[in-house]
Amino acid sequence: MAKVIYEKPKGITDAITHYCPGCTHGIIHGLVAESLEELGVLGESIGVAPVGCAVLAYNYFNCDMQEAAHGRAPAVATGIKRVLPDRTVFTYQGDGDLAAIGTAEIVHAAARGENITVIFVNNAIYGMTGGQMAPTTLLGQVTTTTPYGRKPEANGFPIRICEMLSTLEGAAYVARVSVHDINNIRKAKKAIKEAFQTQIDRKGFSIVEVLSTCPTNWGLTPAEAIKWLKNNMIPHYPLATFKSPWGVK
Amino acid sequence: MARILMKGNEALGEAAIKAGAKFYFGYPITPQNEVSAYMAERLPEVGGVFLQAESEVSAINMVYGAGGAGARVLITSSSPGISLMQEGISYIAGAEIPAVIVNVMRGGPGLGGIQPGQADYFQATRGGGHGDYFMVVLAPESIQEMVDIMQEAFDIADQYRNPVMILADGMMGQMMEAVDLDNVEKSDRNLPPKTWATTGMAHHQGKNIINSLELDPAKLEKHNLDLKKKYDEMAKNEVKYEMYKCDDADIIAVAYGTTARIVKNTIDMASREGIKMGLIRPISLWPFPQEPFDRTADRAKAYISVEMSMGQMVEDVRLAVNGRKPVHFYGRTGGMIPEPKDILAEIKNILGGVK
Amino acid sequence: MEERVIMAGFGGQGLMTIGQLLAYAGLEEDKNVSWMPSYGPEQRGGTANCHVIVSDGPVGSPVISEATGVIVMNRPSLEKFESYLIQGGVLVIDSTLIDVKASRTDVEAIYVPADEMANEMGNSKMANMIMLGAYVQKTGVVKLESLFNALRHVWGNTAKERFVEPNIEAIKKGAGLIGELVK
Repeated sequence: MAKVIYEKPKGITDAITHYCPGCTHGIIHGLVAESLEELGVLGESIGVAPVGCAVLAYNYFNCDMQEAAHGRAPAVATGIKRVLPDRTVFTYQGDGDLAAIGTAEIVHAAARGENITVIFVNNAIYGMTGGQMAPTTLLGQVTTTTPYGRKPEANGFPIRICEMLSTLEGAAYVARVSVHDINNIRKAKKAIKEAFQTQIDRKGFSIVEVLSTCPTNWGLTPAEAIKWLKNNMIPHYPLATFKSPWGVK
Repeated sequence: MARILMKGNEALGEAAIKAGAKFYFGYPITPQNEVSAYMAERLPEVGGVFLQAESEVSAINMVYGAGGAGARVLITSSSPGISLMQEGISYIAGAEIPAVIVNVMRGGPGLGGIQPGQADYFQATRGGGHGDYFMVVLAPESIQEMVDIMQEAFDIADQYRNPVMILADGMMGQMMEAVDLDNVEKSDRNLPPKTWATTGMAHHQGKNIINSLELDPAKLEKHNLDLKKKYDEMAKNEVKYEMYKCDDADIIAVAYGTTARIVKNTIDMASREGIKMGLIRPISLWPFPQEPFDRTADRAKAYISVEMSMGQMVEDVRLAVNGRKPVHFYGRTGGMIPEPKDILAEIKNILGGVK
Repeated sequence: MEERVIMAGFGGQGLMTIGQLLAYAGLEEDKNVSWMPSYGPEQRGGTANCHVIVSDGPVGSPVISEATGVIVMNRPSLEKFESYLIQGGVLVIDSTLIDVKASRTDVEAIYVPADEMANEMGNSKMANMIMLGAYVQKTGVVKLESLFNALRHVWGNTAKERFVEPNIEAIKKGAGLIGELVK
């Protein structure tokens, strides 16, 4: 008899995802679903999908879902959580959604200490709309709207969301992780689980920023994209746990 | 309980609580700030939640989330704030979430002024945001009617899974009048259970999704056709109006809310001078009442739409009259409250010309 | 019967309060009432006014363009609202705070040294009640007893309960002036 060593998490539906080959959204979806299942809260969870590449996440997560307007997921999650304070409520947002059009919503949800969990997927580019500059696009990075590379004098500087939100008292758990190799995927899972545990323990706002790849719009192969993330994104976006109810090393 | 004196802004908050709304999200803007202050004090007493959002944009999206989770939710604002909410209202309509939105209108455009206005008629009755949608829009003329209509508004919202807007103005919000909060008629509507609400899969059958996105054009059209069917039902069932002294009127004014009160004064003044004047007062601005026009078009010589705008409802009046009689207009803007004597002068002018 | 009265002065003089009190008193008598405040950018010490209608019939616009009565407690308010009065309307002026006379001769002007009287009573904050007492006694818009009942109903069992009786005294003081002060 063959032994089952891995199963699709119960928190993921059978729907076929629309994500590009080599994109790391699938891995991150899996980590979120596993975490909810392992914490025993899948049936108690309500997720909020963004506008962007993960817009169809409501088809992929096997829990109740709401689809929010662009950038507004933290406000929508706030509305849900205030009505159902004993449920686990999370948003799943990209860098354009969270760090550009939704800046007010994320900052104030964190400032209020809103007891929700935010999964922030940062791949330094707009994917869904075809590779435009994101607020997290690195200096010099070529996108369709920075064809000569992002220049500070014209386009300003990339935003470090975790460092910014860490300054707010309401943010209880803030961590940046990456999914470019197995070791980091394990760490990412741990962080996501801790973030949800923060919410379950009613400690306040939790966010995990996950550095992610976009081979299609970066113009790289999946393997090159992994390397690019490691060599270019991590130096600008250091991996760390910035705040945690269990203390930071 | 006897009648008490209450500000419109506070009475509407209490009426919403009595209608079972325990959640309120808002952002400060004049002239509706008393609603927030009232709800901030009252909601914790009834186990509800008041939350001051960082913007109207955020507040309406909190309504989306809370309404989608199955709660009765109230949100209030005034004209510029309602403009900011249009994105959210469109999503709420698209995702079919019940909610009650109150616009305590002020003068515009832009920052406009803070005094009473009625210039958001187009915005309210045509949906307001992007896409094909309608909301039932109710316009009370007194604080008592605003209180009575609040229960109705929540019931309509729940029955059709659709946002409902109450269109008031700075005058209705700021003034105090006698109001009886306890004898509000409960409706006999058969409200469907909210089996669609996202409360967690452990709490209902299957998986619930609140969503307005449909990438397949055929499916999107199907969704729009379903919505259309719903709007047709609303248009058929939710018409409300008052006819005041229309029976033998030579001229019929059409006015809603605050302006209707002023027109009623004008009618008394006119009758003292032997002028037969009546009033059609749409209480539902969408759906706009057709019947009172059909009932009066033979007898009346002319109609006049009186508004605190530069001419918005007058377009619906023209559609309803449909060329049978002349349609005139008299309007003032934010804070320049029309006066009975000025309206009467306009009417004499019209009757002089309509023989 | 329809009384339309504008009450105006500086913020903090209690004009909004006496306006509400008059509306409550009308309610005590089962009349139709409305109270409409001026509203705008909040400014301490700025001018404040409210419009009160007490009527046997339904109240139309709560905003008054033709007033049957005007109560003023500062000079800018006198200058602004005197013109709103109909012929024969009643104009009550706080003569302690306003050192000029009414410019109109077709209205009935009453000069009440309300601030001075309130100070004599030991509380200058009750000048508003003295003004209201004089106005109500002059016009008969409501019974004085209805004002007293309104005070008891609105302020009774609240932090302001201790002010009920002194305010009733102040209203009586104002009412007592009518007759001797009318010129």
